[in-house]
Amino acid sequence: MAKAMSAPAIERCGLSDEQLRWMLRTMLLARTLDNRGFQLNRQGKIPFATGSEGHEGIHVGAALAFRRGADVLVPYYRDIGLALGVGVEPFEALASMFARAADNSGGRQFPNHWTKKSSGILSISSIIAAQCSHAVGAAYAMRYRKEEGRAVLCTFGDGATSEGEWHESVNFAAVHKLPIVFLCENNEWAISTPRSHQMAIADISEKAGGYGIPGVTLDGANALDVYAAVKAALERARGGGGPSLVEAKCYRFLSHTTDDDDRTYRTRAEIERHRAQDPIPRFERLLLALGAIDEDAVAEMKRGVLAEVNELTDRVEALPYPAPAELYRNVYEGSHEPWL
Amino acid sequence: MALAPSAATTMTNVEAVRSTLYDALKHDPRTLILGEDVGARGNVFLITKGFLEEFGPERILDTPLAEASIVGVAIGMAMEGLRPIAEIQFADFIYPAFNQIVGEAAKTRYRSNGDYTCPLVIRTPYGGGVHGALSHSVSIEALFYHVPGLKIVAPSFPADIKGLLNAAIEDPDPVLFLEHKKTYRSVKGEVPAGHYTIPLGRAEVKRPGEELTVVSYGYNVHQALDAAARLADEGMSIEVIDLRSIRPMDRTTILASVRKTRKLLVIHEDSKFGGVGAEISAMVVEEAFFDLDAPIRRLCGPDVPAMGYAPTLESEFMISTERMADAMRELVKF
Amino acid sequence: MSTTITMPQLGETVTEGTVAQWLKRVGDSVEKYEAFVEVSTDKVNAEVPSPVSGVIRELIAKEGETVPTGAPIAIIDEVGANAPGAPGAPPAGQGLRTEAARHEAEPARGSEAGVSLAPSRLGAPDAGGAPASNGAARRLETSGDAPEILRRVSPAVRRLAREHEVDLRRVPGSGTGGRITAADVIAAASRLAASAGAQLAAARAAAEPPAARPGFAAPQPGETLPLTQARRIIAQRMVESKRTAPHAWTMVEVDATNLWKWRESEKERFSREKGRTLTLLPFFIHAVVQSLRAFPLMNARFAEDGILVHREINVGIAIALDANLVVPVIRDADNLSIAGLALAAGRLIERARTGKLSADELSGGTFTVNNTGANGSILSAPIINGGQAGIVTMEAVVKRPVVVEGDAIAIRAMMNVCLSLDHRVLDGAVASAFLLDLKKRLQAMGPAGEL
Repeated sequence: MAKAMSAPAIERCGLSDEQLRWMLRTMLLARTLDNRGFQLNRQGKIPFATGSEGHEGIHVGAALAFRRGADVLVPYYRDIGLALGVGVEPFEALASMFARAADNSGGRQFPNHWTKKSSGILSISSIIAAQCSHAVGAAYAMRYRKEEGRAVLCTFGDGATSEGEWHESVNFAAVHKLPIVFLCENNEWAISTPRSHQMAIADISEKAGGYGIPGVTLDGANALDVYAAVKAALERARGGGGPSLVEAKCYRFLSHTTDDDDRTYRTRAEIERHRAQDPIPRFERLLLALGAIDEDAVAEMKRGVLAEVNELTDRVEALPYPAPAELYRNVYEGSHEPWL
Repeated sequence: MALAPSAATTMTNVEAVRSTLYDALKHDPRTLILGEDVGARGNVFLITKGFLEEFGPERILDTPLAEASIVGVAIGMAMEGLRPIAEIQFADFIYPAFNQIVGEAAKTRYRSNGDYTCPLVIRTPYGGGVHGALSHSVSIEALFYHVPGLKIVAPSFPADIKGLLNAAIEDPDPVLFLEHKKTYRSVKGEVPAGHYTIPLGRAEVKRPGEELTVVSYGYNVHQALDAAARLADEGMSIEVIDLRSIRPMDRTTILASVRKTRKLLVIHEDSKFGGVGAEISAMVVEEAFFDLDAPIRRLCGPDVPAMGYAPTLESEFMISTERMADAMRELVKF
Repeated sequence: MSTTITMPQLGETVTEGTVAQWLKRVGDSVEKYEAFVEVSTDKVNAEVPSPVSGVIRELIAKEGETVPTGAPIAIIDEVGANAPGAPGAPPAGQGLRTEAARHEAEPARGSEAGVSLAPSRLGAPDAGGAPASNGAARRLETSGDAPEILRRVSPAVRRLAREHEVDLRRVPGSGTGGRITAADVIAAASRLAASAGAQLAAARAAAEPPAARPGFAAPQPGETLPLTQARRIIAQRMVESKRTAPHAWTMVEVDATNLWKWRESEKERFSREKGRTLTLLPFFIHAVVQSLRAFPLMNARFAEDGILVHREINVGIAIALDANLVVPVIRDADNLSIAGLALAAGRLIERARTGKLSADELSGGTFTVNNTGANGSILSAPIINGGQAGIVTMEAVVKRPVVVEGDAIAIRAMMNVCLSLDHRVLDGAVASAFLLDLKKRLQAMGPAGEL
């Protein structure tokens, strides 16, 4: 079949159609699960949900660059696509939303506060930037044991870079040239605090120079750009080149969580403006243009994702909560009792 | 992993810390030490002197001056399977790391429901009586012993230091290891050779007696023993319990003693309000109300932020052996 | 030297006291802290311990007399218990009699507080003049106006006093401010135990002459009778029985005509040969124990870990005395014939009336029989003797017209038999079956039977 001679060569970063389709499906799955969380909350079925809408490009780009079985991911709570991309099952995402006993944390944590050692995902808390020093420690352990080909991917939002612990972590990693990539998912908002109130600079990557590490800023809505940048950074880290700071800009389309009402601090017009850069339609168009998928297959993929999420929602909803007695387990290895 | 057995050695508390750390590093490749000035300087009390040369900079890590990340990085190491021994140079500097200790380390196993654990030791010198003034003298155990998921030990004797530090390093959960700096060089004792551990959560009767139970820890234990020995000349029989472990705490030993003597005196250098003595008192009243022949008495530090630099201010804060003897005598006679 | 004892102030705002009962007589020896008089006030009834050891020289106030606080009530010559050479002491052999000796000299008196109900459980009440130091001391009687020292006892002291049955009012305090310490209580308990042996037998005997004594034998309208130890204990046990065992009640009518005839035919010979009266009671008990054998659940005891079905059948006989109720026990009653039961019961009743029942004779009962009919009662609702499954009464035998075989009317000697049962152990079916069985046996008894 003849190709149109005038179509410019589109960079696909050496990825196969299958990989590209996997990326699209993962983005769709992330968004559908995200939306499902909000829907369930508005239905009164779950008390809380966080949305990552707008971050999907960063998530799948970074996820594809992540080496399963070798790298360690230290995420934050707005990383559903990234978590799915490195090995979390949709079932697990729903179990965490519904706080069922089957959840990886046994129903203890908020939704999207991942833990999955078997996939290399570190357990995190809700405390902004607290995970960054853990990520550094994990990277240190890799280097300490002389493990080649391993690196840590540490993600966080723009607000996190104001925390003292963020600074301490990046500094430590830089001093010791650790195999770690600090990926900032800069969606311009820390709840209601715009970037202009968070820092005096425009690009977070500018901070990298203060630590003596490379920094780069890119369009996070472009999944392939993210993939390329994170891949390069991880390879650098794995190869002993030390840490780097990758800033992927995107936009947070939803409120911070279901408990936040963004109408109190930003306009609908602003959100609409950014919708034009929604990573998912953009990636769809890219794949269509590359011939990696056709319209029917896209529609089929969307139906399939929705069907999968619907079936899983019903299945997880029917599962039991953790028994009250579970509260007392895993405080220590043995009994929780303070008096022996 | 035991060393070749040899005779027990007499050593000071600080020597006990040093030799135990050395043995751990020698025999468990997962262990490493990180903190400020632990490498080239060998620690401000010379605990790790020579370690850098022997074990290398990867295992004796001079960190930046940033307490939160000393603990945070150690947590990451522990979550990934190492056995880090983090040092906070003085307990007075631990506050920036509070979030990492209480919000992260103590909760790692719990929030991941066992998926991850945090086998971390945080060592720090605490306590006063060394002209340390406001920021080199505090006791911190009351701030942390409230926290489920954390363990805290405060041994007073060299043999206990070795056994408990070994146990702390081998413990799968985070342990705050408190070393009273006034006892570093002033307390000497026999330390058995070879590797051994003392289980966390076990107090020890350091002096048996019949008429009064005294519970204490840290430097105060030695003073309490002195006071009890003096009162023995006055015909009084006083039992002194060295708590050794603050969380978990040994209810069994304390209750057995109180049921025998029917009177309890808790002594601790830390300020009285909300101190460790409050929990001990509450527990004993709950469990042994009908065995008490006198109100429980707590002899503790004053409720002021810290001891001052001037010697009069320091000695006003620190509890003298004389005051301990007076309190003991009064309770015996009650 | 002599000490004059004055009326103590038993409670704030109290200005006088009544000598309820002298526990010692002139010439008796008394030990320091030993109770020697029972005093009542409108707030509290208390036994007053002697402040000194010695011999009672004079009892100034009379029993029943009310004197103001601080007024002299007795004089004691301070001396050791047996020191005839001491100044003021009566010569040896006179007046220095032991309790036991005195009791031997005065037999056959009922005593209002003479016998304990269950000494192993509650401690013997004060037996007349018996000193309290018999190893089973009184409970501490507290009220809102308890002496100051009692308000400062620690939990340990309270518990030890309870466990060792030590009266804290008699314990000297060696602690701060005169506080009684745990060590003081333990020392007092040791002293009590040491002096218990010699006094034990004496303490069990009854003592005091009943005459000229206020009390239950002859209550006066408007009078407030001070509670004796016995009355207190009875009250306690009755309340406890009713409180713990849900009482149900049932009865049957028994045609005792033949039984009556049988007894009539035997009573003279029995009285002549055995020297004792033959009442219906032994016949009744004999039938009861047969029925208990057939219905073992009636001979049981409720406990949280299970219903204990007793091996032995030890039948208690409720005996009312002047101001007391005792229930001596015939052990292994199912091994005795009617004659044997008659002798055993007779012996126990006599000992009850003379206050000579021992603790052994008062304990171990598994079922109780009450001859309420002796008082003319035809229906009773007895209170179960604590811990047993039931109690049965034999009511008065009354001649009544009843319908007999063939719908004829005949005059028969009818005796009701009532049963209170512990509904935790028994239900109506078993209880009724038991009573029916008992009725059958009683109705089958007649002159042809063997005593």
